[in-house]
Amino acid sequence: MLRDLRRIWPQTLAIALVLGCGIMVLVGAQATQATLIETRAAYYDQHRFADVFAGATRAPADIVAAAHLIPGVAKAEGRISFHAVLDVAGMAEPASARVLSIPEGGATLNLPLVRLGRLPEPDRADEVALSEPFAQAHGLVPGREFRAVLNGQLRALTVTGWVLSPEFIYTIAPGAMMPDDRRFGVIWMNEATAAAAMDMSGAVNDLALRLTRDADERAVIAALDRLLEPFGGTGAHGRDRQMSHVFLDGELQQLGAMAAFMPPIFLIVAAFLVQMVLGRLITLERRQIGLLNALGYGRRDIAAHYLKLAALIGAMGILLGWAFGWWIAVAMIGLYQDFFRFPFLIRDWGSWALVVSAGMGVATVVLGALRPVWATLRLRPAEALLPPAPPHFGKSIADRLLMRLRVRQTTMMILRSILRWPGRAAITVLGVSASVAVLVMSYFLFDSVERLTQSVFSQANRQQVTLTLARPMGESAVQDALTLPGVSRAEGAYVVPVRAVHGHRIRLTAVQAHFPGAELARLVDDAGQVVVPGTEGVILPVTLARALDLRAGDLLRLELLAAPRSILHLPVAGLIAQGMGQDVHISAAALFAATGSAPQVNMIHLAVQADRMDALSAAIKQTPGVAGLSDWAEVRRQFDATLSENMLTMVGLYTLIGLLIAVGVIYNAARILVSERSYELASLRVLGFSRFEVGYVLVGEMMLLTLVAIPLGWLAGYGLAQGVVGAMSTEIVQIPFFISRRTFALAGLAVFFAALGAVLVVRRRLDRVDLAMALKARD
Amino acid sequence: MTIALSPLPIYRTEQVTRVYRSGAVDVWALRGVDLTLAEGEMVVLLGASGSGKSTLVNILGGLDLPSSGRVFFRDQDLTQASDKDLTAFRRAHVGFVFQFYNLVPSLTARENVALVTEIARDPMPPEEALERVGLGHRLDHFPAELSGGEQQRVAIARAIAKRPDVLLCDEPTGALDSKTGVQVLEAIHEVNRDLGTTTVLITHNADIQRIAHRVIVLADGRVIRDRANTERLLPAQVSW
Ligand SMILES: Nc1ncnc2c1ncn2[C@@H]1O[C@H](COP(=O)(O)OP(=O)(O)OP(=O)(O)O)[C@@H](O)[C@H]1O
Ligand SMILES: [Mg+2]
Repeated sequence: MLRDLRRIWPQTLAIALVLGCGIMVLVGAQATQATLIETRAAYYDQHRFADVFAGATRAPADIVAAAHLIPGVAKAEGRISFHAVLDVAGMAEPASARVLSIPEGGATLNLPLVRLGRLPEPDRADEVALSEPFAQAHGLVPGREFRAVLNGQLRALTVTGWVLSPEFIYTIAPGAMMPDDRRFGVIWMNEATAAAAMDMSGAVNDLALRLTRDADERAVIAALDRLLEPFGGTGAHGRDRQMSHVFLDGELQQLGAMAAFMPPIFLIVAAFLVQMVLGRLITLERRQIGLLNALGYGRRDIAAHYLKLAALIGAMGILLGWAFGWWIAVAMIGLYQDFFRFPFLIRDWGSWALVVSAGMGVATVVLGALRPVWATLRLRPAEALLPPAPPHFGKSIADRLLMRLRVRQTTMMILRSILRWPGRAAITVLGVSASVAVLVMSYFLFDSVERLTQSVFSQANRQQVTLTLARPMGESAVQDALTLPGVSRAEGAYVVPVRAVHGHRIRLTAVQAHFPGAELARLVDDAGQVVVPGTEGVILPVTLARALDLRAGDLLRLELLAAPRSILHLPVAGLIAQGMGQDVHISAAALFAATGSAPQVNMIHLAVQADRMDALSAAIKQTPGVAGLSDWAEVRRQFDATLSENMLTMVGLYTLIGLLIAVGVIYNAARILVSERSYELASLRVLGFSRFEVGYVLVGEMMLLTLVAIPLGWLAGYGLAQGVVGAMSTEIVQIPFFISRRTFALAGLAVFFAALGAVLVVRRRLDRVDLAMALKARD
Repeated sequence: MTIALSPLPIYRTEQVTRVYRSGAVDVWALRGVDLTLAEGEMVVLLGASGSGKSTLVNILGGLDLPSSGRVFFRDQDLTQASDKDLTAFRRAHVGFVFQFYNLVPSLTARENVALVTEIARDPMPPEEALERVGLGHRLDHFPAELSGGEQQRVAIARAIAKRPDVLLCDEPTGALDSKTGVQVLEAIHEVNRDLGTTTVLITHNADIQRIAHRVIVLADGRVIRDRANTERLLPAQVSW
């Protein structure tokens, strides 16, 4: 057996690698997923991550006790929460932070984990703790000071410690697309300090609940909503609307999608390769098999021998897959730690995936080996001792057609070979197209994200800066913004949290009111079309409409969760396909007509001269009415940087394993062709054909199959990409389905050259065939 | 019967040796062969198994290089030729016929011949070449559908279709029965007669020597006899 293995080791290795890739992706994705899930679960549990969250404008502190009485609530905690603009040394533009109060007597839910220093002393009004990533980004070690605009006043605050929290595993500013540790952080301060800053003594505006095991979350949410209604409740929600949790969930879902779509392709190709290579090996060893059989070895022993060989290939693939899978898991978890801040990691090596992948690996090789081994079982010793019947070149219709073709005879040899062994050609085509499909599937993500960014940054959001106002103002605020330094255009917008209700379906989201003549921030669909909401009704993202089971023309109930807290019934005027965004869109005219109130704005989009950004930033830090600022150019820069870094790593990896399929398949097919026909090809050399012309017969056949396979791979890749989009899309982020010509071209070219490389390596074996030996050969 | 032989030598070898190194032992396949072959000649090469016949013919055909000595084809020194030159040489000048036919199984008789005519400078149509060897009615048959003799005649047609200067035949009748063998020899004979192709024919069969102009006998890597036939027989007159 070792001799057999040595004889075909490069082929064996190629198969093991293909198989290993499938297992690697499965184990890698699963180990990463399992590690993240277990770590998150332990973190949530140890730090008492809440189950239900709610905000209100201002509720009396005793509302917490009332919330505790809701059936199913194990623990309730009230906090003061708000956003503040910060002035940090070494940063021209303002940073912003979510400020949270630490209840008197310490937190009992969402426990902050002190990583460095300590929490603020209860009686110290100037002390705060900072979220670790933000503090790290600025080197704000305990003892350092920074300034914050609290309730319109710039105040100096002293850092006491660095903190992590299960609420902020993924820390992202509201409305941002990516975490930005420099610009956004979380601040924990004493309740008294927060209350003083916000005029909230004896009151809370943020509630967190932990439920009992058998609680009915929906019922608790409904009860809490009723409880907070008089106090400006902005809608209670479960973890499924908690930012950090949702983003982590989305990532886990994407990992799952990867584990679901990639491995089967590799396993199927590996099975076919096993069949192809073992089939050839058994043909080569026919006589030996016959001899052993004649000598009294049972056919079962012989079949077992080949099965063992297959199992060995399987074992190699499984071990390779595990090893690289773990390596990838470690690397991916490393990547994730840039986004997801866990205080500790509970590593899970994907025990489930190990078992499953081993099972699948064994099944793959055994299935692949079945046919050739079955053939040995049926072989009679007498037959086995004869040379195999010469290949028959028949006179089928296809053959007759070929005969009419006026092509070179070397080309004819290629075509006849394909016709003669259609199964093998089919496997080759299948394998190569799988390779193309894997590449399309991984490259298209670039296209989709590019399209998404294109629509988000270049079409929908052409403003340089968006100001978030601390509270709604009249339209005149937009005029005032024009007087800020460097501002050449200002547009108002109004966004208000809303509970969208249709029948028994409820979603918490926001309503965006669009003012006429907007040129900076516009509503743009996936196809790049600008959509202007009409004077009647609302426009819904397709995903939200689906979640609420709404169609155009249906009536939607909107409960505004901020002043004026009206309940509106508005018709759905249209749907919009959007990559990101769950907001309900409406024209300002329609909204304020429905609420009966005067038009207001709480966001202002600005076009700013590039060289005046610093001046604007400085001015904003002094402007009390502004609660936050987002710099879109910076957002885009960050977004692109993060994406290109991470996606390049991923794409590099996928390119590698995707091409491995093509290389494995072509290498094996070419080796088999050479092994069967090296003498025939060498005798062409005798006739005066050059190495190049002889190589053409081999290379031509493989590349012809590759060329047939590429368009098939494009088709398959298209289908798979569609599946991936479906599997990766969440209600919040819809990855737009778009594949560029560049992706198709790149995938096709990469596979073409990989295949060419593989076949050229095999071609060199033709040079080594001894011409004189070739002439003595009978077969 | 005799034909006027051109006095120009087509081949000239000087002290050709060929040593095979297999493991520790050196096998001397040729131990210094001096030969001159005339244009248009038909030579039969005889000798015991292992005497070096195939080795010599392979060297003449540009498939192999001597270990020492020189081989001239007309004024071209084959021992100085690169692999590329030798390929071009075979392509332009040499037709081979081997014991085991070496046809391409996936090509029909006509296509096997066309394989070579497509890369030749002044070939005859494949149909004509096959007609010449009496296979004009088997054009579209695959080798597997032909008898051994027919396959060998396809091989001859393939070798002559490019109108080579030399036809090198290594035991062309070795795998055939006497009657079929005669047909094959007739084909070779006619090519030599009608096209004036210099022909070297290796055989184990002493009777066949009588169809040649000249008979060369090798033993242990040396020429031990080299003489012209005063009288030639037609292949049909030979039997074994
Ligand atoms: N590739 C090789 N490696 C080693 N020795 C070889 C090789 N080819 C031929 N020989 C040796 O060279 C000698 C001459 O061989 P060659 O094939 O020329 O003989 P031959 O006269 O054609 O014999 P036969 O009539 O059996 O075909 C033999 O002893 C043979 O064993
Ligand atoms: Mg010989």
